[in-house]
Amino acid sequence: MTTITLKTRDGSVHEFEGREGRSLMENIRDAGFEELVAMCGGCMSCATCHVYIDNVPADVKLPPMSVDEDELLDGSDYRQPSSRLSCQVPLVAALRGIAVTIAPED
Amino acid sequence: MLQEAAREGYDCIIVGAGHGGAQAAASLRQFGFAGSIALIGAEPEMPYDRPALSKDYLAGKKTFDRMYLRPTDFWSARNIVLRRGRRVEVVDPSSKTITLDDSTNVSYGSLIWAAGGAPRALTCDGHNLSGIFYIRNKADCDALIAALPKAKSAVVIGGGFIGLEAAAILRGFGTEVTVVEALNRLLSRVAGEPVSRFYEQEHRRHGVEIRLSAGVQSIAGKNGRVSGVRLNTGETIAADLLIVGIGIIPSVLPLLIAGAEGGNGVNVDEFCRTSLADIYCVGDCACMTRGSGIRIESVQNASDQAITAARAICGELKPYDAVPWFWSNQYDLKLQTIGLNAGYDATILRGDPATRSFSLVYMKSGTVIALDCINMPRDYVQGRKLVETGARIDPTSLADTSLSLKDLVRQ
Repeated sequence: MTTITLKTRDGSVHEFEGREGRSLMENIRDAGFEELVAMCGGCMSCATCHVYIDNVPADVKLPPMSVDEDELLDGSDYRQPSSRLSCQVPLVAALRGIAVTIAPED
Repeated sequence: MLQEAAREGYDCIIVGAGHGGAQAAASLRQFGFAGSIALIGAEPEMPYDRPALSKDYLAGKKTFDRMYLRPTDFWSARNIVLRRGRRVEVVDPSSKTITLDDSTNVSYGSLIWAAGGAPRALTCDGHNLSGIFYIRNKADCDALIAALPKAKSAVVIGGGFIGLEAAAILRGFGTEVTVVEALNRLLSRVAGEPVSRFYEQEHRRHGVEIRLSAGVQSIAGKNGRVSGVRLNTGETIAADLLIVGIGIIPSVLPLLIAGAEGGNGVNVDEFCRTSLADIYCVGDCACMTRGSGIRIESVQNASDQAITAARAICGELKPYDAVPWFWSNQYDLKLQTIGLNAGYDATILRGDPATRSFSLVYMKSGTVIALDCINMPRDYVQGRKLVETGARIDPTSLADTSLSLKDLVRQ
């Protein structure tokens, strides 16, 4: 199990156990956080699962961003260097202590 | 001694537990609705992601447990009563009561009708043979998945998104596929000609046989099973199974019988209110008479209309004004649509379809109303602003791929 620290839009911080092998989006959705809309179900056809990755262990690299993900994120007024589509980040054991913030709604 | 049974009732009943119904229930709670809520769905499953059925689920790339719209304990945790496997047969607006298919009567304060639609069925000779499949719900899809290993060949009736997505997946399994379309091009109801021709070429390149302007005369059978399709062109195509994707019929009969205005779905205003007091309608079966004036079958539309209805019930009248968007995945092609192309009078091609990455811009009276973007997420994202603002941009600039749509917005 990998603990995920999630900051929601009201600023509150939640900790929950994530399921490895599933995407970060699925983990946040399945933990019941509705403000992550993820309308396309994780097939990278929208950008409604936008998050900021605030912290990952120093020795871990997230999978690189594809051109499609990059362009979809570009459509957000709230893009930051730490922006990712959470459907494109698989949760792996090495991501112990990952901290994530749900980006504002566009 | 006989006791009068306590009548079951809820402050809000939502009929239909697809994307629209599920969103409506969740949104009511999110907006602070404190009354009782029942969500009544016809299927035995918890609310799930329907578009995946004709995509990753059929392809075997996604298991069903990853398709729930909300965690399975979500509904009870929010005090939403989820009744599965039940249809609503009668709506009585005068007593504000519905009757379920098990004859129980349930009263409502507000009613949100989100029952979606049923696949339009074949009616020609042979339509009752076994081996004919539709793709609307999990049970449909599971039956098809079970039949596929034994099928060498399939005919897909209907060259719309569902049929073409299924064709692409079946080709991936090595099944021989023929698509039969009644009109003279694929996707004719939803896309412009260049997009249609592009998809036609792609499917042919992947080995799909395509018959255009071909009506189905009858289904041929042997021992009660499908053996082929007879076309009105005189041709008979042999097939071990059929997949039918010729649209849906909105599931609104009880509402129409109750007196709701409508015909092609139930008419709603910009707050998703029907002509009947305290009855709302959202999603595939709702026809918004103001604004777009049409019925839209998409997850985005169902979800955003559900939010609009939930707000209205909570006392916040905020008109539905979302810009429609849609997607379809076939092979390695990702189509993303922004806006509605209904009534377009011109199209502008951006990029070369031969590169398998291009957009088609739809114009109406000189303004941008929609874009179909194929393997071109940048145009999809940037084109949204053009659609939102009803931008007037000269066609030469729109066709010039050295200019980004973002730059054109600023012009």
